[in-house]
Amino acid sequence: MNGAHDLGGQMGFGPIDAPATEPVFHENWEARMAALSMTVAGGWTIDEDRSACESMHPAKYLRTSYYEHWLHGMESLLQKYTPDSSSPTRPQDVWAAVTARGSYIRQVPNAAAFAIGQKIRVKIMNPETHTRAPRYVRGHVGEVARINGAHVFPDSNVLGLGENPQWLYTVRFTANELWGNTASDAIHADLWEPYLEPAS
Amino acid sequence: MPHDGHDHEHENSELSPIALRVKALESLLVEKGYVDPAALDVLIDTYETKIGPRNGAKVVAKAWTDPAFADWLKKDATAAIESVGYSGRQGEHMVAVFNTPEIHNMVVCTLCSCYPWPVLGLPPVWYKSPPYRSRAVIDPRSVLAEFGMTLAETTKVSVWDSTAEIRYLVIPMRPANTEGMSEEQLAAIVNRDSMIGTRLAG
Repeated sequence: MNGAHDLGGQMGFGPIDAPATEPVFHENWEARMAALSMTVAGGWTIDEDRSACESMHPAKYLRTSYYEHWLHGMESLLQKYTPDSSSPTRPQDVWAAVTARGSYIRQVPNAAAFAIGQKIRVKIMNPETHTRAPRYVRGHVGEVARINGAHVFPDSNVLGLGENPQWLYTVRFTANELWGNTASDAIHADLWEPYLEPAS
Repeated sequence: MPHDGHDHEHENSELSPIALRVKALESLLVEKGYVDPAALDVLIDTYETKIGPRNGAKVVAKAWTDPAFADWLKKDATAAIESVGYSGRQGEHMVAVFNTPEIHNMVVCTLCSCYPWPVLGLPPVWYKSPPYRSRAVIDPRSVLAEFGMTLAETTKVSVWDSTAEIRYLVIPMRPANTEGMSEEQLAAIVNRDSMIGTRLAG
């Protein structure tokens, strides 16, 4: 979805306000909201959670803070899902839950279609549902910098179509390719195989 | 009880609309048995006092003093970082990117605010805000200038947009004149922003 959340390359937001120190949570409600999001197991996936946060009206998304996005996300998800009340996280289980090793890597029968160093183009696409291909890389040519295994594919997972794991590539783009400037900078994005096509 | 109700009303009248909404959500979820409020307290304390950038600083100091560890970090950062004791949510697939005189690395998540929680804790507000997320990919040098960093013309900027479940940790360059320092002393000079790539260590 071409939402307000897809911020890369947008302009006009002004300088970055970065105080040297700040509390982890600025208000008590932020702490409670963060903790709710991380504790309530609702049967939804991380991709549905992100998608729900992004479904805010663009003007509202830009006016509200991170944890308000989370609140919006959880309120939306609770309209669709009923959480499991059989075993809510106990205080003594929190540490194990937050430090447990998880993985988004899955085994797939097919080999990766692209090789390190290969030139690829990000497809020109405008899905109306959740995607992790930012607008600023679509249609542009980059080079495969790293192959990360096959990962759960958010674009399918968010629709309830299952994990549909796909090869995940780290793709390197030049600043010139993306922005038309002469900076020597490189920009990397992690992109799944269905987003990509060979650049001939 | 009526008396309790009165107290709650008084307490609620001082809360902002957003705080009231979160309170209502928590009350509902607690009432239905989906969440234990004591677990929320523990989770908040965990990210306020136990999981934060001091973790990442220890990883960096170890990389500076132990070449074999640095090598492991380059090849399999998830395992290397886990060996120091840090793993878990939002750090499932770690990649460490090393700054050199030729390349300066900088991390962003333009789409949401993905951040390596096990080593850096929860992100600061600026990392999650539109100015940083919009500018980091199109004009990283102006972002760095705002953080007080002017790079040499010959240093290339390498930006990492965390668009999947891979989380990036920048290993800043070790400052000069730190040869005699212990790993612990070195960890103390590694600031959070140097591990995002918006400041230097030291």
